[in-house]
Amino acid sequence: MIRLERINKHFGAHHVLKDVSLTVDKAEVVCVIGPSGSGKSTMLRCINNMEEIGSGTITIDGQPVYRYEKDGKLVIDSEKQVEAIRAKVGMVFQSFNLFPHLTVTENITVAPIHVLGRSRGEATDIALGLLEKVGLAMKAQAYPHELSGGQQQRVAIARALAMRPKAILFDEVTSALDPELVGEVLRVMRALADEGMTMVVVTHEMGFARDVSDRVVFMADGKIVESGKPHELFSAPQQERTRDFLRSVLERNREMGAAASQ
Amino acid sequence: MLTTFINLFNFEGIGDYFPDLMRGAAISLQLTFCVMLIALPLGLLLALAKIGRSRILRIMASFYIEVVRGTPCLLQLFYIYFVLPAFGIRFDPFMAGVIGLSINYSAYLAEVYRAGIVAIPHGQVEAAKALGMSRRKMLRLIILPQAIRVVVPPLGNYCISLFKDTSLVSIVTVRELIFTGQIISSTNFQYFTVFTIIGAIYLFFSYPAALFVRYLEKRMAIGARRPVVPIAADAVEGTTKP
Ligand SMILES: Nc1ncnc2c1ncn2[C@@H]1O[C@H](COP(=O)(O)OP(=O)(O)O)[C@@H](O)[C@H]1O
Ligand SMILES: [Mg+2]
Repeated sequence: MIRLERINKHFGAHHVLKDVSLTVDKAEVVCVIGPSGSGKSTMLRCINNMEEIGSGTITIDGQPVYRYEKDGKLVIDSEKQVEAIRAKVGMVFQSFNLFPHLTVTENITVAPIHVLGRSRGEATDIALGLLEKVGLAMKAQAYPHELSGGQQQRVAIARALAMRPKAILFDEVTSALDPELVGEVLRVMRALADEGMTMVVVTHEMGFARDVSDRVVFMADGKIVESGKPHELFSAPQQERTRDFLRSVLERNREMGAAASQ
Repeated sequence: MLTTFINLFNFEGIGDYFPDLMRGAAISLQLTFCVMLIALPLGLLLALAKIGRSRILRIMASFYIEVVRGTPCLLQLFYIYFVLPAFGIRFDPFMAGVIGLSINYSAYLAEVYRAGIVAIPHGQVEAAKALGMSRRKMLRLIILPQAIRVVVPPLGNYCISLFKDTSLVSIVTVRELIFTGQIISSTNFQYFTVFTIIGAIYLFFSYPAALFVRYLEKRMAIGARRPVVPIAADAVEGTTKP
């Protein structure tokens, strides 16, 4: 479904992605973990061309995209083509980014109407169905600022789903939430995974990664250090770097747990 | 004190010149209206050119804005009314006034719009892009509707300041309020009365307008399309803290 081959990316002199290769199959859920600054977001943003890659090839749905070589010639996708790919690959952000001037329903229907050309009636029906699914049917007419963070993030997921995407990219979607609101968002994502949505999930929620993902990828310093089935990677990490990271996460969680129970 | 002040007023002949003042006020209002009609869309176009992707348009818009803002409005009016005729381009005073003020205000309004647009958080752009929107759709559906809320109050303030600035075009003999006042007072010498009345007329229009802008400012506070309902009442009742 999504395939990254030897992707390199620089921000100025800073080499942020180093020969990153990753394949995500259809209906697969891949969680990406790693310390902050390791390039997780950048990798995700390269998949829908929010960041342009320096070198390497991205293939989506069997089709090389954005900039690639074909018959020895460099091909650069037009803006229209890039937009069409983005419409097929959804993205959910840490900071929700709902449109504050639109109601919840309008947030979900704006792109289906204006990008996919659906009728307002059809788009609204789909939106209401999705709101039902994320448990927010009663908020259809509310504005984003009237919702809690967890509710806003569930609307953002519904907004992505309304495009009927082939895959969704999640970038630390629970990191900005109060701890008691994390669960409701993870539940929605777990349901999506169960339905067979293709998902790439950058997360610090190790529980989610362990229980829901088909594969966990550990990134550090712009490289994919290790990847594998969740129980393998969590219980028997092969690399020193992975072990260090998991240990530090474990300690932090324990401290937080201790702080919470005091 | 009060009586001396009142004695300064001399309303003799007011019936004769008051209609002239009203005509002057009407012209000031017409000027404001015409100039806003041109400067509001022109300013937006300039702002879009300035944040757009075309380098040439960006440079042209910046040049226009910097030149206009860096020179006095009076000079621009002089230029249009006294210099351009030398090149065979002639306008009547009212037209010259409308053109001069429109040029001036479009440059200032462009900066207001631009500030409003760049104030929109970048996450909005990201979300719109990620949904497959083109730049044009993003601008029309996501950015501008939000920017409008931010810029309406400052635009309103510019509108009020424009109403007062229409006095500048008295310099090119447009018979607005100030010019009319000068004509009247130079014949009846009642400077105090005439210009105090003129001041009152300006205030009569601009003060309510300022109140209206203040009202809009409150209403347009971002994220509050409707007044935010205080959550206290139902948040306290009916919820039990664990
Ligand atoms: N737009 C940018 N310009 C310059 N540097 C950036 C930009 N975005 C990210 N970086 C840098 O790239 C590195 C990887 O960032 P990021 O992908 O956000 O990491 P992560 O998501 O793993 O925390 C960081 O060092 C960050 O400072
Ligand atoms: Mg990140």
